[in-house]
Amino acid sequence: MVAPLVEGDVLQRTIDLALARGGDFAEVFVEDRAISSAALDQRRVEELSSGRDRGAGIRVVVGETTGFAHTSDLSETGLLAAARAAAAIAHEGGGGVKEVSLETLRSHPSPAKIDPGRVDKAKKIELLLRADDVARAEGASITQVQVSLGDSTRRFVVANSEGVFAADDQVRTRFNVSCVATGDTGMQTGYRPVAATRGFELLTPDVIDEAARAAAQQAITKLAARAAPSGDLPVVLASGSGGILFHEACGHGLEADAILKRASVYAGQVGRQVASTLVTLVDDGTVTGEWGYLAVDDEGHPSARNVLIEDGVLTDYMWDYLRARKERSAVSANGRRQSYQYLPMVRMTNTYLLEGDADADEIVAQTPYGVYVAQLGGGQVNTATGDFVFGMSSAFLIENGRITAPLRDCNLIGNGPEILKRVDAVAKDFSMTPGTCGKDGQQVPVGCGQATMRLTSITVGGAAA
Amino acid sequence: MSELLERAERLLEAAARGEEIEVYVASGVETEVRVYEGSVENLTSASSSGVGIRVLLEGPNGARVGTAWAGSLDDDAIDDALSEARDNARFATPEELVAFARPDGVAATELDLLDRSVLSTPVEEKIAMAIELERRVRSSDARIRQVDSADYSDYVAEAAIASTTGVRAAYARSGAYLSVEAIANDGHDDQTGWGLSAGRAPGDLDVDEAARDAVGRSTGMLGAVKPPSMRCPAVFDPRAAATLLAIVGGALSGDAVVRGRSFFADRVGETVAAPLFTLLDDPTDPRHFAASSHDGEGLACRQNVLIRDGRLEGFVYDTYSARRAGTASTGSALRGGVAGSPWAGCRALQLLPGDLDQAAILREVGFGVYVESMMGVHSGVNPVSGDFSVGVTGHLIRDGQFAEPVREITVASTLQRMLLDLVFVGNDVRWLPGTAAGQTLAMAEVAVSGA
Repeated sequence: MVAPLVEGDVLQRTIDLALARGGDFAEVFVEDRAISSAALDQRRVEELSSGRDRGAGIRVVVGETTGFAHTSDLSETGLLAAARAAAAIAHEGGGGVKEVSLETLRSHPSPAKIDPGRVDKAKKIELLLRADDVARAEGASITQVQVSLGDSTRRFVVANSEGVFAADDQVRTRFNVSCVATGDTGMQTGYRPVAATRGFELLTPDVIDEAARAAAQQAITKLAARAAPSGDLPVVLASGSGGILFHEACGHGLEADAILKRASVYAGQVGRQVASTLVTLVDDGTVTGEWGYLAVDDEGHPSARNVLIEDGVLTDYMWDYLRARKERSAVSANGRRQSYQYLPMVRMTNTYLLEGDADADEIVAQTPYGVYVAQLGGGQVNTATGDFVFGMSSAFLIENGRITAPLRDCNLIGNGPEILKRVDAVAKDFSMTPGTCGKDGQQVPVGCGQATMRLTSITVGGAAA
Repeated sequence: MSELLERAERLLEAAARGEEIEVYVASGVETEVRVYEGSVENLTSASSSGVGIRVLLEGPNGARVGTAWAGSLDDDAIDDALSEARDNARFATPEELVAFARPDGVAATELDLLDRSVLSTPVEEKIAMAIELERRVRSSDARIRQVDSADYSDYVAEAAIASTTGVRAAYARSGAYLSVEAIANDGHDDQTGWGLSAGRAPGDLDVDEAARDAVGRSTGMLGAVKPPSMRCPAVFDPRAAATLLAIVGGALSGDAVVRGRSFFADRVGETVAAPLFTLLDDPTDPRHFAASSHDGEGLACRQNVLIRDGRLEGFVYDTYSARRAGTASTGSALRGGVAGSPWAGCRALQLLPGDLDQAAILREVGFGVYVESMMGVHSGVNPVSGDFSVGVTGHLIRDGQFAEPVREITVASTLQRMLLDLVFVGNDVRWLPGTAAGQTLAMAEVAVSGA
């Protein structure tokens, strides 16, 4: 059993001081994070890096105003100074003094089996070299290989004036392979991420080999790619990374901060049909091991499985604590923060489409002409207009029901509420993919998932004539 | 000598025989205000500091480098970082070309980038500015139905670099920003627009400029249509152009070149852009928000001409990429905070201005698409292959003037082609936060995907 980051009575005194002049809510978030990474470029171990970041973020809410201060000084003196600062920032009056009572700490040990922080560095380097070997063996056109491995151990304890007192240990491991293939047509890239909220047990030789092979093959295949088509076409999204579509097309728009500011096209739509009946969308922080897995969110609430859209009908939004309290809604445990230096906001965890009953191959076979997207590489949305893009990093033409010529990278663009209604087939080959979600300058790990599915049409932004 | 530099220098005493140490120490304070409906929603006031340490071990087959960092300047944290960096170095592959920067005799330009009024301005004034920004956006046009965010933020950042190879550098800068996101509605649809004003201190900020931008852009998009797919000329707004130039700058990094990840590699001396395109990276120009006296390895920043009259002249290098390329550092090491190693990159790009203003360029172009803002730059632009495809909102250009607003389209080409297809560079330089200044750019043909 590791020692607590900060003792409960110190946290209690910090919260007491934060609310000594009155206020509606106070919270102390104490975090200790160790990060390490190793990078290989052209078979050279270029950089092993280790880092440590510890600190506390304290927020005090008075009326509608949140005051926030953070400190890297975790002594009681440091915490009290930050509490005083946060209170001073928040204050312009406010309610009466509140009594705080922290009961038992709810702690959550990480499910990681092998602590990556204790793995021999030489062992990590072996894996990097292995991936390089496998990638290069795929073909002589592979001219450049970069491999990186990273892990983080994030321990935090959070306590607030409502009596929440929780701790979590989050161990995450990632492995990325990035290749360049060179040919007559120039250079093309292939990329494959492997990432999970798990320990070093994630990185088995099979997993490494598969990632390296996939990244290399992607780059090699794209050497023969032609410019993607331009205009509206049926699009089949392969299982896994296609979940980014839902992350952008509606995920961000279902976050309560955008809803409460009426800055989302989904405001006021609960109970309405917002998507095809094939769409049942879930945000679920409880999927053990996935990249967006949490035992508790960064506000100390146990993670949950929240159904956002059921058979096409909007059922609920995602909430953080303050917004749920304001709207008297149930807490959904979507309050997340990049680190102690940031305020929590409403964020997704693992967002996925439940699988359907179609056959993935049949979906392609029944598409006379269109685009098959094997891998997506990210996206962006304007929640107020609903317009969103997502980029394809591996895609092919579909001609006469068959996957044919590879296509060069491009974005696809659509409007969330319109596109959700165009889902006309969902298969049963469900899988998840890891990603990093950026919002208001904060990055958090998220998972996306779905089975192979088809959109009747979406605008493909290629450069073909 | 700055306190941080003394701190960094003291750590060098720990260097053992056959070992070089480089210490980067940074500290900063920041204020962030977000207002909503006339009162403060969030107010953050914070200071932070940290240290990044690199250790280089000399050996018979070359040198090995290890790095470590800590998010505080506590002695314990620094000691841990130093021993971790040493340990990490043992696992690196020895290489002759690996080295820390050494002073190269180039004097640093004296730049006055720190305005202490950031620290002395009362927070009430900063809040008042954000509230006034929100009020002005809401009241300036009846079609503004919401202000999603109205923010004031500022910072003062200091850093110092010292190494056993003789580098001693210290620098400081400040910045202040107003930004606002407006939502306009005409009874049919919502459109958004984002406005910004930036400076070194609160006194430089122009509430009107930020408000006007957000209101003009959001209301200007009302009634936007999705035009049919077509090939036509494109004119980039200065803000969009700055984003485009920053992407091009990425491919001009010596790191990308020596690692075989730039489409510009092996093309020095060749024509890579239209003759009217002259691109420089000049952190010594104080008008640039990213101006800096020193680079991330503590060498003097300097002006580097990258493309002159369309001809590729060279790349920007840090010490390591320069040695691999058989040349010298151009003082272009970047750092992303205390974590991680420096790498080579452009810092303060600017394009030699052309003769025409935006209105004249629109007249010359006649018909095309005006790119006002771009989406999905990270997902649709491949800086290695050059493939370019971004989501766009903007206007159509007809008869040399702005016509109907357009949305839900993409603009696609390749970066290589776009540079060669340039037909006009505006004289309307706008200094913006970020890697590049922007001005109106026009290119002969892009693929527009729409309805």
